[in-house]
Amino acid sequence: MHAAVITFPGTNREGDVARALIQAGAKVTHAWHADYDLPAGTDLVVLPGGFAYGDYMRTGAIAARAHIMDAVRAHAAKGGYVLGICNGFQVACEAGLLPGILMRNAGLKFVCRMQHLRVERNDTAYTSAYTPGQIIKVCIAHGEGNYICDAETLARLEGEGRVAFRYCDEAGDITKRNPNGSLNAIAGIYSENHRVLGLMPHPENLIESLVGGTDGKGMFASLAGAA
Amino acid sequence: MKARVTVTLKNGVLDPQGKAIEGALKSFGLEGIDSVRQGKVFDIEITTADKSRAEALLKEACEKLLANTVVENYRVEVLG
Repeated sequence: MHAAVITFPGTNREGDVARALIQAGAKVTHAWHADYDLPAGTDLVVLPGGFAYGDYMRTGAIAARAHIMDAVRAHAAKGGYVLGICNGFQVACEAGLLPGILMRNAGLKFVCRMQHLRVERNDTAYTSAYTPGQIIKVCIAHGEGNYICDAETLARLEGEGRVAFRYCDEAGDITKRNPNGSLNAIAGIYSENHRVLGLMPHPENLIESLVGGTDGKGMFASLAGAA
Repeated sequence: MKARVTVTLKNGVLDPQGKAIEGALKSFGLEGIDSVRQGKVFDIEITTADKSRAEALLKEACEKLLANTVVENYRVEVLG
């Protein structure tokens, strides 16, 4: 698995996700937003967390139009893997790689805390190391994580099994602990072919027991074994 | 020429910021305020003097960047 981690001005979790990928055995190359091409041999593109372009206008909106994103869209169109975490999820939605949009949290506050998630399925490249319905504990840190889409899109996402993770409490109750007002407690969604994943939580920050847990490791172990 | 683009949230899209502003205004005891929705205004200087070209240009700008049409509407005004 060869991952290209893209850095935009204002990205700040590129080091964290690179570390998680390397720990899992993937090869990582860093790419810059103004590049026109992805590194040769890229299997997975990672759009990391942060505040690309200062979140100006709408989160992810300006980054989604950066030069490198044309190459990322072409990569996704060929069936390549793309993982957008937090701000990267916002960028992926603005870039048209995933449907919908992340709006201001319903409670208006930036929420930074530990958060339980329910893993909806484990037959994708991102979740094979988990079990379906498994409850994992990772962290969240965002002000705009309120997932919104129209009713037709929501029905399609649900019907096609494209919800990757839902917010829940530690017992797995998805009607509790929704941190931002997301529709159907959605924390992450897949593209139609399940090769593009966008999620608001940060699995890359839960890979060491020293800092609160290792439940995030499964995603990177899954990816490292996928190609 | 000068132009103004106004971007507003579509009906039915939750606007927590507008709600908070509405609550603040009501808390001042201002009578007669029913509801508030927050939007954005872009004042744009354009080099073309052709009004219909300017409108087409601004529409493209809205579709490409200024508005996210999943949740937002936009209005273009060429002010001359």
